[in-house]
Amino acid sequence: MHYVAVSLGLLLIGTAGLLLRRNIVIILMSIELILNAVNLNLVAFSRHHGNAAGQVFAIFVIAVAVAEAAVGLGILLALFRNRETVQVDEVDLLKW
Amino acid sequence: MTLEAFFFYAFATLALGGAALAVTRPSAVHAAIALMVSLLGVAGLYLLLTAEFLFVAQIILYIGGILLLFLFVIMLVNLDAGRGLRQFHRRWPVGAAVTAVAGVVLAVLWSRVQLPPAQRMPETGNVELVADTLLQDYLVPFEVVSLLLLVAVVGSVLLARKRA
Repeated sequence: MHYVAVSLGLLLIGTAGLLLRRNIVIILMSIELILNAVNLNLVAFSRHHGNAAGQVFAIFVIAVAVAEAAVGLGILLALFRNRETVQVDEVDLLKW
Repeated sequence: MTLEAFFFYAFATLALGGAALAVTRPSAVHAAIALMVSLLGVAGLYLLLTAEFLFVAQIILYIGGILLLFLFVIMLVNLDAGRGLRQFHRRWPVGAAVTAVAGVVLAVLWSRVQLPPAQRMPETGNVELVADTLLQDYLVPFEVVSLLLLVAVVGSVLLARKRA
């Protein structure tokens, strides 16, 4: 259960970073933190239940995190080229 | 205090402290370095949980791959222009409230949960076990993930290239 507490802490720090920061790169890093919290939970329960399926799921989560980071940073580059900013609240073209 | 408990608290401190630094540093490069410390702490926790394969994958993929990608992008977009600006949203109390509510709810759930008794892992090595599970029970999702990675590569190249 201690591992789940660490995972909870990582999740909360990641959520706080995701909701509070203005810098898009830091927001993407917070998403990575949240995914790490999920992975830690999966591995801890995999150990507890004596079943390797949790670790396999963690591998899938890592693969999806890699894809997410690549696409997110690609979007960030395109955005920076068009708007010259990386602060989320200055990207408001679709805001009514 | 046993050796395992000592290492657990050491790695947990690395993971949580690095994460806290990563979301509070104004400079994106400092945040990336702090994130690396946090990821190393999580990797150490994997090792304590006898998930050696994930320990190696975490270091190679997260620290070697994703973090390097972050550093390259930070270099490309010249983030330090935003260093002196406000770092937090104007409506930060809403975000802080949401985080606090989620924290309280999850902590209450955590303190009340009843786990079934622990079971032992099979005695074969961790890498063999993960490989067997991955390539026998989860072969189709494994192939779908490779398709996903292909789509992500093509998509990010399309998104990031200069307009012709």
